[in-house]
Amino acid sequence: MDEWNPQANRPPPAYGGLLIDRLIAFGRLLRDLGLPIGPDQTLDVMRALRHISIDRREDFKLACRTVYVRRREDLPIFEQAWDYFWAAGWHGGDQRALLPHRVRTLKLPARLRRPPPTDADRQMPEQERKDQRVEIRLSYSSQEVLRSKDFAECTADELAAVQRLIADMRYVIQPRRTRRHAPQPHGRKIDIRRALRRSLRTGGEVVSLPTLDRKQRQRPLVILCDISGSMERYSRVLLYFAYAVAASVEHVEVFVFGTRLTRITRLLRQRDIDEALSSIGRTVQDWTGGTRIGDAVKTFNFRWGRRVLGRGAVVLLISDGWDRGDPELLAHEMARLQRNSFRLIWLNPLLGSPDYQPLTRGIQAALPYVDDFLPVHNLHSLEQLGKALSAIGDRRPERRQHSGHSMSV
Amino acid sequence: MPSPAPVGIDELQEALARHAYIADRPLAVAIFLALQLRKPLLLEGEAGVGKTQVAKVLASLLNTRLIRLQCYEGLDITTAVYEWNYPRQMLALRAAEVAGESKEQALRDIFGPEYLLKRPLLQAIENSGDRPPVLLVDELDRADDEFEAFLLEVLSDFQITIPEIGTLHAEEPPTVILTSNRTREIHDALKRRCLYHWIDYPSAEKEAQIVRTRLPGIDEQLTRQIVVFVQDLRTRDLYKLPGVAETLDWAEALIALGVRSLQQEVVDETLGVILKYQDDVQQVRALVPSILEQLRS
Repeated sequence: MDEWNPQANRPPPAYGGLLIDRLIAFGRLLRDLGLPIGPDQTLDVMRALRHISIDRREDFKLACRTVYVRRREDLPIFEQAWDYFWAAGWHGGDQRALLPHRVRTLKLPARLRRPPPTDADRQMPEQERKDQRVEIRLSYSSQEVLRSKDFAECTADELAAVQRLIADMRYVIQPRRTRRHAPQPHGRKIDIRRALRRSLRTGGEVVSLPTLDRKQRQRPLVILCDISGSMERYSRVLLYFAYAVAASVEHVEVFVFGTRLTRITRLLRQRDIDEALSSIGRTVQDWTGGTRIGDAVKTFNFRWGRRVLGRGAVVLLISDGWDRGDPELLAHEMARLQRNSFRLIWLNPLLGSPDYQPLTRGIQAALPYVDDFLPVHNLHSLEQLGKALSAIGDRRPERRQHSGHSMSV
Repeated sequence: MPSPAPVGIDELQEALARHAYIADRPLAVAIFLALQLRKPLLLEGEAGVGKTQVAKVLASLLNTRLIRLQCYEGLDITTAVYEWNYPRQMLALRAAEVAGESKEQALRDIFGPEYLLKRPLLQAIENSGDRPPVLLVDELDRADDEFEAFLLEVLSDFQITIPEIGTLHAEEPPTVILTSNRTREIHDALKRRCLYHWIDYPSAEKEAQIVRTRLPGIDEQLTRQIVVFVQDLRTRDLYKLPGVAETLDWAEALIALGVRSLQQEVVDETLGVILKYQDDVQQVRALVPSILEQLRS
């Protein structure tokens, strides 16, 4: 008696062509705003409307939302687009509403915002435009010099060369063994299914024992890069580094921070690195301001840690350790970060200088919770880092048991 | 203009409530559409907001079987779809040999349906009951990409191919609920096959209603206090906020302890029921007096 029958169908109401046109236009608006909308979804909306009375405006909207939105982040965009689009008059008729000419508060996608190419741009062939970038051919010995030169001491030309070399670097993180098995000669587990199927050929006699072993997969990598004022001389080069890593490693998440944390993973996916950097420049608000590492790490732990630190992630924290925040908070959050990562590596550009001693309060607070403390001031150190990553091992490093309440989890 | 629909979301919402599940309008619309369009419904939300419960309630509401697939890394075909019963196959071969039967015949026989172990996905496709079951794919974010790719195939056509037997179709597609805690992003290709709904923490009013529905007979004052307390915690800067599941656990614990009204001492003793991280417990312990103060005012 409590049964509820979803198939109690009503005849499909006949909606006019106007509504369909408007739905298509609405789908297009959402797509322009960056939601991944395909024609199949518009079809789904049409199908959904057969089951929903659009007299109840809220249900109509919820139905569209359920079909169109697939990520929580997109919900506010949908709401705004909805309010804008349908505000022009519910019962239709006003075709002008089809044109999203009043979308002001909405952030338009980059391709709509970009100014059209000028004549000069058009005349210059693609290749030439590329060559306009600083072109330096390096002899072997000048490369050697460059490799060990501190980024902060490089001239603009040298920096350009460094950046080109970085862009060519490829990083590999030593893979971890996943829990998934795949056929593998001399594996550790017998593949009974294949054994039995093979035995069919020999009349049911098992002659050979094929084996399985666990598949290998690259570990995810997370980069947290300090871009505050004290890091100014390094941050641009290091973002080149982040870009190169993101291009060669499958699962990379990149964040930058000064006083606050910004995720730039998506921005780094652009094909042109300089364009990627300038869009980062526009997005990040506290470029070359002060640093509060503790707050940034905390934001990371609370908002992103659970989403990007799965599957044995390796974390690179790049900072000089000049911190204006609370050292206790930093220690606390570094401890949490370390517990959640397979390996926590602190890269410090200052470590390249022979008389540097990690004495600032920030570093002092954080160091006990760092697995490796490495320099990142020249090309050579980046190569060393690459080597370390490619041999990161199968186990978490031995970590000291820390006393104090923060470690009791 | 269309005629107003009598059978629909309101009825569904009421039916859910009769099965002790309080769904707000957006969730009810999402479930309603999933049933009508026969599309999988992907539910995301923080832990403990009742994602899994949706599937359980739907199964009892539709009076059908619930088939649950718990995801984990490395979940593969042999645990999700089917596996041959090797020991039985081998025994059958030996028996045939002893009985002097034709080996070729025996070899054909052992790849028949009676030697097949059906795992959740196959069970859901090859439905044995008279109604399509509810298939719950729980915590999909814990599975790996390989499994997701495979699931995609099953969910788009509702069919499964077993090389030795052939392709099996679902006569009527099952109702599919997928849940994710969002420890990673589900691949877009899979999302495109699904309807999507984000379940938020409930409002105070709704949460109180949930507590009353799930724990009938609970003291009204206690209910109010618990809900206000938990809702307050959700505004704090905690690593893991308590979900509705925690609220219910806590209410149950307090009833078991014979508590009629929240006091400092009993809250301190039972904080572990709603908070699962020591840092959070410590932070909240300092806040308890002021929250209780508010409760009384």
